[in-house]
Amino acid sequence: MEKFTEITAIAVPLDRVNVDTDAIIPKQFLKSIQRSGFGPNLFDEWRYLDHGEPGMDNSTRQINPDFVLNQARYANAKILLARDNFGCGSSREHAPWALEDFGIRVIIAPSFADIFYNNCFKNGLLPIVLPEAQVNDLFDFIEANEGGQLTVDLQEQKIHYNKTSELSFELDQFRRHCLLEGLDEIGLTLEHSDDIKAYEEKQKAITPWLF
Amino acid sequence: MAKTLYDKLWDSHVVRENDDGTSLLYIDRQLIHEVTSPQAFEGLRLADRQPWKLSANLATPDHNVPTANREQGIIDPVSKLQVDTLDENCDLFGITEFKMGDIRQGIVHVISPEQGATLPAMTLVCGDSHTSTHGAFGALAFGIGTSEVEHVLATQCLIQKKSKNMRIDVNGKLNSGVTAKDVILAIIGKIGTAGGTGYAIEFAGDAIRSLSMEGRMTLSNMAIEAGARAGMIAVDQTTIDFVKGRAYAPTEAQWLSAVDYWRDFKSDDGAYFDKIISLDASDIQPQVTWGTSPEMTISIDALIPDPEQENDAVKKEGMQAALDYMGLKAGQAINEIPVDVVFIGSCTNSRIEDIRAAAHIAKGKQVAGNIKQALVVPGSGLIKAQAEKEGLDKILLAAGFQWREPGCSMCLAMNADRLEPQERCASTSNRNFEGRQGQGGRTHLVSPAMAAAAAIAGHFTRIDAR
Ligand code: SF4
Repeated sequence: MEKFTEITAIAVPLDRVNVDTDAIIPKQFLKSIQRSGFGPNLFDEWRYLDHGEPGMDNSTRQINPDFVLNQARYANAKILLARDNFGCGSSREHAPWALEDFGIRVIIAPSFADIFYNNCFKNGLLPIVLPEAQVNDLFDFIEANEGGQLTVDLQEQKIHYNKTSELSFELDQFRRHCLLEGLDEIGLTLEHSDDIKAYEEKQKAITPWLF
Repeated sequence: MAKTLYDKLWDSHVVRENDDGTSLLYIDRQLIHEVTSPQAFEGLRLADRQPWKLSANLATPDHNVPTANREQGIIDPVSKLQVDTLDENCDLFGITEFKMGDIRQGIVHVISPEQGATLPAMTLVCGDSHTSTHGAFGALAFGIGTSEVEHVLATQCLIQKKSKNMRIDVNGKLNSGVTAKDVILAIIGKIGTAGGTGYAIEFAGDAIRSLSMEGRMTLSNMAIEAGARAGMIAVDQTTIDFVKGRAYAPTEAQWLSAVDYWRDFKSDDGAYFDKIISLDASDIQPQVTWGTSPEMTISIDALIPDPEQENDAVKKEGMQAALDYMGLKAGQAINEIPVDVVFIGSCTNSRIEDIRAAAHIAKGKQVAGNIKQALVVPGSGLIKAQAEKEGLDKILLAAGFQWREPGCSMCLAMNADRLEPQERCASTSNRNFEGRQGQGGRTHLVSPAMAAAAAIAGHFTRIDAR
């Protein structure tokens, strides 16, 4: 997994509460055999005016010009600013896969659905919980300042914007460590490779038929 | 300290204990099929990782394979893509796979024991909840999700929390016509589908020990329907005799030390269980489920229960909803209910013993006129070949059954085999959830003998009274 230290990017404001995983990536895309390539179908029903199906050429589809992700000023956004209970609904890991594939690395919201929040860390995404008033401030800043960027500093657990404004956020230290080091769960287990090898050596003597 | 079978399996596989109460558990064997593996393989590729131990993995396509006209290949494009992807991934990474044309192909939970790839005292996982099947060998076997499939591929380990110990004793002699399937349905009827939640279940008692390995696998298979991720049975001579000589079993040189090691995989006298449940074998009658949950089960001679008699409001509502979905009424005799379709197969009941039981009932008889379709789907190519060697296919075909190629088939209707809305099926599979065998389909879980008897009679019927 890519290491996460500091990101400076445009944030795209998604001004809705209870955005569920089916909105993030509609269920017809779950038949896919891949975990990458979901980006073009992120928020499919909101982004396009026609109905999306797997295998369609998305570049020829009818774009919904009103949807915020389609607005030129938010192109290349790496930060998603959201409202309460983001990521509710099913436990599908396709939701963080789609966000990540689209290029999002940070999601800021007043609250997240639990499983989605956990799944983010497994996939190198940083979900940040901030008090509602601060989230409102960020919405205001983004909407008023075209091209205005946010800097998310994971090391310091700070968000900088508007030159002088600064916000702090809380995060489980273990998860912070994993993101900083680019460790997913597999990466973490592999940090214990020596233990695994030692176990195998021991077992070879006891149950040689398994090796 | 006296240990349970589960304690021994757990302790012998702990690589390290983490501070948060979880352990890193070593996995000896991983089974792989086409539905839950593609993203795991892609994850490996994206992170540029290789499988930790290639030889620990064994793959086969089963959920999406057609059970008829295989020479035409797979027609449904989504199914085909999943199977093709499995083939490509296994070829790319060098994982042993029994592909569709291979006689060893079949349902993962059938082929692994058949090959001796499931062994006593091992840990075994698969991205499939019915992995509990392999616990029949005195192994710790449980289903996992796709992220965990990738985790096992890359590290040969899983991060796990230990479950509590539960023992279910079935003592006494089983009545005639009562099979392992009836025993497990009776157990689930007693403890409920959440009865085993949080526990690893050991099935014990002389009625369990009297079962063949096929029967024990049927039992462990449905531990998950009782809410437990893992079900297991102690190693004994029956286990050892079954394993001997199989392709992946220990060779001559290692056999004796393996047997010696395996024999210890039983619970010690005085080992502590958090919960013990006992059933008297003589109380168990042939079972038929009447509702949309495996715990909604009754004896073949019983009447469909009345929701009005249920005091718990939530349960009452659930019962009524199940009756409505199933098109049944309280007080109906279950043995008078006509059946439209019969399915003999699935990882619960598609082994040679199951097919023998069905053929035994069908011999010299005819499938009733009201039966639209009676399918027999062996669990593997080798079982199919064995059955054909014994002439069982001829008996079944002569009676009007269809004889198919191995796979999951109508157990979950991912391939072309499925129920039409409102069709009623006597099925030897493990789940009677709404729509499981096809949208609107009505599933009654039964043993293979009961399924065959229902095909002949056209309705559920007591087997030994015929
Ligand atoms: S036979 Fe049914 S329960 Fe068993 S693995 Fe296949 S789909 Fe799952």
